[in-house]
Amino acid sequence: MLELKNVSLRLPDQKEILRNVNLKIDDGKFVVVTGPNGGGKTTLAKVVSGIETPTAGAVFLDGCEITNMGITQRARFGICYAFQQPVRFKGITVRDLLELAAGKKLREKELCNYLMEVGLCAQNYTEREIDASLSGGEIKRIEIAAALARDARITIFDEPEAGIDLWSFNSLIDVFKGLRKKGRSVLVISHQERILAIADEIVVVAEGEIRHHGPKAEIFPMLLGEQKQIFCPQQEGRL
Amino acid sequence: MNKVTQKLLGLVSDLFGKPDGAYNIREDSLCAGRKSSEYIRIESKTDKPGIDIIVDAGAKGEKVYIPACVTHSDVDDLVYNDFYIGAGADVIIIAGCGIHTDGEGDSRHNGIHRFFVETGAHVLYLEKHIGIGEGTGKRVINPQTIAEIARDGFMEMDTTQIEGVDSTKRITRAVLGEGARLVIREKIMTHGSQSAVTDFEVELNGDGSGADLVSRSVAKGASKQLFRSRIYGNAVCSGHSECDAIIMDGAEVSAVPELTARHVDAALIHEAAIGKIAGEQIIKLMTFGLTEKQAETKIIEGFLK
Repeated sequence: MLELKNVSLRLPDQKEILRNVNLKIDDGKFVVVTGPNGGGKTTLAKVVSGIETPTAGAVFLDGCEITNMGITQRARFGICYAFQQPVRFKGITVRDLLELAAGKKLREKELCNYLMEVGLCAQNYTEREIDASLSGGEIKRIEIAAALARDARITIFDEPEAGIDLWSFNSLIDVFKGLRKKGRSVLVISHQERILAIADEIVVVAEGEIRHHGPKAEIFPMLLGEQKQIFCPQQEGRL
Repeated sequence: MNKVTQKLLGLVSDLFGKPDGAYNIREDSLCAGRKSSEYIRIESKTDKPGIDIIVDAGAKGEKVYIPACVTHSDVDDLVYNDFYIGAGADVIIIAGCGIHTDGEGDSRHNGIHRFFVETGAHVLYLEKHIGIGEGTGKRVINPQTIAEIARDGFMEMDTTQIEGVDSTKRITRAVLGEGARLVIREKIMTHGSQSAVTDFEVELNGDGSGADLVSRSVAKGASKQLFRSRIYGNAVCSGHSECDAIIMDGAEVSAVPELTARHVDAALIHEAAIGKIAGEQIIKLMTFGLTEKQAETKIIEGFLK
């Protein structure tokens, strides 16, 4: 189980990106984090993966405090983070990246399976460099394939739908369903209705706070209904 | 052939047994082995040190190995090798130089290679430079490659210097005729107080000629690198040069591109980028469980692959 207790993150200019966040993600759950842009979702993912260190509060994995663990240690402990904007590397091929993610040499069949799951033909991609020659959609799918190859206990996908075409979207949904079936914990940052629709739980983050967290059946209708503007501070009467 | 030479041959030419083609092995300024083949003749020069390599017109799928090894300190080797590639031939030339120093004296190898690539011929020229040994003497390699590529000729040059060479000045000159092409891929890594100078100059004289020069380098420690390229577009032609460098520690990297068009249909481009390893690249690999150091190594390995 992943748990954040009273986590805050304040920038040197005093701007608070996360405010007293308390969140529990049970094993094997598919949790979607949603909310307005700039609300703190990606920062939350970075705090979990160790890229950002909270200025207050603590992060626990299976009861063990990992707040002061670095990125490498957390990765080895079972946390994987698929970036919102994947990183490009000159000279590193798709095969190299997936093998680095898996931590071992991969057989052709394994490589092919990971790429096929994200809608890419292995034959055309394994030896391609992860450089500027790849389109936004292609590199995004490779990022997701790398997260699959990592096969971590908890995988965070940051807006995985960005740049993915409509035709590939269905296979992306299948990827998440597959992970859930395998009992892996999945945290997806998304605004996509179809991803929200397959969640076990939905977390709403706005202005650095957890505004709502509950089962999909409870939160999803609220997001789609009349209260869709409740995360605007003006409309909430907080300004 | 001594053991140091055998080791150097493996490093510069991936040569661990008998070469599968014609060969000339140079050891400390002397010939340690030579063999011509049915379509490739290797002959000693009579007026200066070096050899002529003559590839018959139309020869296909042939290989020539011409590694040079310097096995100890206080060697000053100078060699002139001329390659005559007959019309329509298709050949792979595996060159390269390894220097081993064991004492305080410097050792150097100056290899001057001239290529005469005739009509429609294709040459793949592989060149690797390396320095090894515990000696404090400097290991210096100064290769010169001078190519004349005739109509529809095609020369590919893959040149690598990854470690152990204290000083290098790499000069490449090429003149291209109608429809001729030149592709150069250079990889260099320097560390400590090493220095590397790359100096390309290409004259695109024939209509339809083209050159693509790409240099990737990593400069570590207090090393210094200078990349200079000059492309002259004298006809309907296309020229591209690119210098892409990763700078680390207290190193220094300069890129000095120069493009000169003397024809309205000469399309010439230069790209240069120098910068440190992007922090997000290291973070990405750390999210796969690599340490910062391991991530850095992988990024450099990939960059220079």
